[in-house]
Amino acid sequence: MKARIKFRKYGALRFIGHLDVMRFFQKVMRRADIPIAFTGGYSPHMVISFASPLGIGLSSDGEYFDIELTEAVASRDAVARMNEACVEGIEVLSFRKIPDEKKMTGMTILAGASYLVTPEEEVLPEDWRERFREFLSQPEIRILKQTKRSEKEVDIRPLIYGWEIREDSLYLQTAAGSAENLKPDLVMHAFLNFLGLKGDPGLFRYHRLEMYADMGEDGARRLVPLEALGKDWEITNEKEDSD
Amino acid sequence: MRKLALSDEILLKVEKPARYIGGEVNSVMKEKEKVDIRFAMCFPDVYEIGMSHLGMQILYDMFNRRTDVWCERVFSPWLDLNRVMRKEGIPLFALESQDPVKEFDFLGITIQFEMCYTNILQILELGGIPLYAKDRTSEDPIVIGGGPCTYNPEPLADFFDLFYIGEGETAYEELLDVYGECKSRRMSRQEFLERAAQIEGIYVPAFYDVKYHRDGTLASFTPNREAAPQTVKKQVLMDMPDSVYPLSPVVPFIKATQDRVVLEIQRGCIRGCRFCQAGMIYRPTRERNVEQLKEYARAMLKNTGHEEISLSSLSSSDYSELKELVTFLISEFKGKGINISLPSLRIDAFSLDVMSKVQDVRKSSLTFAPEAGSQRMRNVINKGLTEEDILDGAGQAFEGGWNKVKLYFMLGLPSETEEDMRAIARLADKVARRYYEIPKEKRNGKCQITASSSFFVPKPFTPFQWAPMYPAEEYKRRAAIVKEEFQAQLNRKSLRYNWHDAQTTVLEGVMARGDRRVGKVIEEAYRLGCLFDSWTESFRYDLWGKAFENTGMDLTFYTQRKRGRDELFPWDFIDVGVSRKFLWQEWERAMEETVTPNCRAQCSGCGAARFGGGVCYEGKN
Repeated sequence: MKARIKFRKYGALRFIGHLDVMRFFQKVMRRADIPIAFTGGYSPHMVISFASPLGIGLSSDGEYFDIELTEAVASRDAVARMNEACVEGIEVLSFRKIPDEKKMTGMTILAGASYLVTPEEEVLPEDWRERFREFLSQPEIRILKQTKRSEKEVDIRPLIYGWEIREDSLYLQTAAGSAENLKPDLVMHAFLNFLGLKGDPGLFRYHRLEMYADMGEDGARRLVPLEALGKDWEITNEKEDSD
Repeated sequence: MRKLALSDEILLKVEKPARYIGGEVNSVMKEKEKVDIRFAMCFPDVYEIGMSHLGMQILYDMFNRRTDVWCERVFSPWLDLNRVMRKEGIPLFALESQDPVKEFDFLGITIQFEMCYTNILQILELGGIPLYAKDRTSEDPIVIGGGPCTYNPEPLADFFDLFYIGEGETAYEELLDVYGECKSRRMSRQEFLERAAQIEGIYVPAFYDVKYHRDGTLASFTPNREAAPQTVKKQVLMDMPDSVYPLSPVVPFIKATQDRVVLEIQRGCIRGCRFCQAGMIYRPTRERNVEQLKEYARAMLKNTGHEEISLSSLSSSDYSELKELVTFLISEFKGKGINISLPSLRIDAFSLDVMSKVQDVRKSSLTFAPEAGSQRMRNVINKGLTEEDILDGAGQAFEGGWNKVKLYFMLGLPSETEEDMRAIARLADKVARRYYEIPKEKRNGKCQITASSSFFVPKPFTPFQWAPMYPAEEYKRRAAIVKEEFQAQLNRKSLRYNWHDAQTTVLEGVMARGDRRVGKVIEEAYRLGCLFDSWTESFRYDLWGKAFENTGMDLTFYTQRKRGRDELFPWDFIDVGVSRKFLWQEWERAMEETVTPNCRAQCSGCGAARFGGGVCYEGKN
């Protein structure tokens, strides 16, 4: 059986990279005694997969990973135990049962992510909200995207699924996952270019809000938070009662 | 939320920002207003190295058990952050509170290897603490040093207020009590140091005057006030079962060099290899209780979440309950996805059996440390291992499916001849030959024998403390001879040979047996830009050479000079329990190529029995 765990990452823990977050949670599993399944062989590994890495420096309210369990655990209990084993900067928000099919795990179904982008003071001109509207009204936004092997020009406009101005910040919903992926700093980089300003990723604070699966049919997009695809386990933990 | 000493901008710019943020699992937070003593414990190298050190975890745990003390950790900022901190005037901070080190009562520095000495000066300077103890005031923390290098603290004497000589578990409580009392009674720094000097194991360098002969050797080393004892006694933990052990060690976010639970099974070593400082200064050998170790293992795995556990000791095969412990670890944890990492065990039927259970035979390698190639040389260094032992062990391992072997040697040992050097390559070849004796269809492809050699550095409190060293070129020449001999071997294609850098060896030799005057070379080297000298990418031999030149100091005086039997050594004021008489006797026996039996086989009367326990009293209760 499988479980999906949602967590948030904030404060000093923004400086812990993705690989170290994975290692961190492997240790949390042991400290919290979560009955996680292992692969076989000489050096068995936990069956654990993260939806999408979060860059260093970013905070998030919507990080996910899926695990395979050897026995069911009550959601409330699991969340409490995991938080007990966590540190300031990482908080487990939910622990839900998800369907067993392989194609339903976080990494495979991930289709979008939303962010809150906040410019540092005086980085952008005062009318940036207006200018951002203009920027996104362009039929295409072509940028140079670095891939592992080469650079290629891509149009990122279709990968921006939604946006709105929220006071001093900007809400962005973009494509995420293995098929199409757009990081918010690329959008801001393009925006700075559009404004004729020099780009520096340190000028904005990025906060991931949520990650989504596309549950739409017949080509219509319907983004649903990954968490919504799971159900809380409401079992009473017999083992604990008998202890 | 915890504050951070470094801005987001800096943290995003430096390599591995997790080195500087603290907040790890099991790190200890307290309210600074509610403690009397703030202790900054520093390992003067990068975080990943320092966090792998068991001794620091033990003291961190022990200090923080006291409600009146908050102990925090400090590591060397790597070169990138070092530049930023200097440019922006950011003071060195401790990880937990992120407060400047200068605000602390103590800055404790553990000194594990000689090549970190310039890093110690970096710590002081970035901390805003005067380099020289004599220039410090009540505004500065008390700077205290500990660890193996303090068995000759003299090259660092001017930079420290105090040294703690010996194992930390014993006298620190008293030192902290005395400090707490002095602080509450607003006593001066000087008054505190005088009281501290009366605690057994505490050495206050400023309280001793040093005079030299015309030839540069030490003439006298005398206390200059009543508070300072003539000799400083090494501290030994004799009550192992009741001692503290960190059952909830700090778990780093980033991968530390030692990313696992470490169980210290015993302290000291019965073998008495004549080059080995640890084997002398940690006498007598003391074992931990196996039942207690099992409980520790369980608790530590639970409290850390680590996926690996490893045993720590100088010679695990000599631990009398090894079989019991290893069998327990395998049966209890192997099924739970915990890796069991075994230290270099003596290769025999038992160790091969357990190793085949905990590791993939095809991927793992076996390690032997013959230390010398010829039997003659092994007799000189008192390494009990014979060629037969090695070939038998390797043979059994090869039959069991292994095909990779690592061999560790030392070059430049006292009385070493060219024949001894060449014997290293020949021994490696014999191991390979043993492999190819196995019928072709039964063996697993080619074998891979990797031999490594480091150059021998004489250390204080060893029988070889009298031994002269060689110039760097001579070490290189010796390595070249070994290399050449490797190329002449029948199985050369299955053999690999690498050797350690000769330049660091020579400097290590100066620091190891240097006197107080060496301090100014260290300072000059630091001023010239030397830092992280144990890292090849930042080691600058040219600058060290210049530092000797600028200070008018002669490197060869410390390395190549032949020391006489009765020469007064800078470290002779320390009493380690092992007598100088015994060490000299061992030096003479080495020159006669005579082996001395290990402590369990026969007591050689080294002097450590004075401590009243351990192997010296085994079976005598």
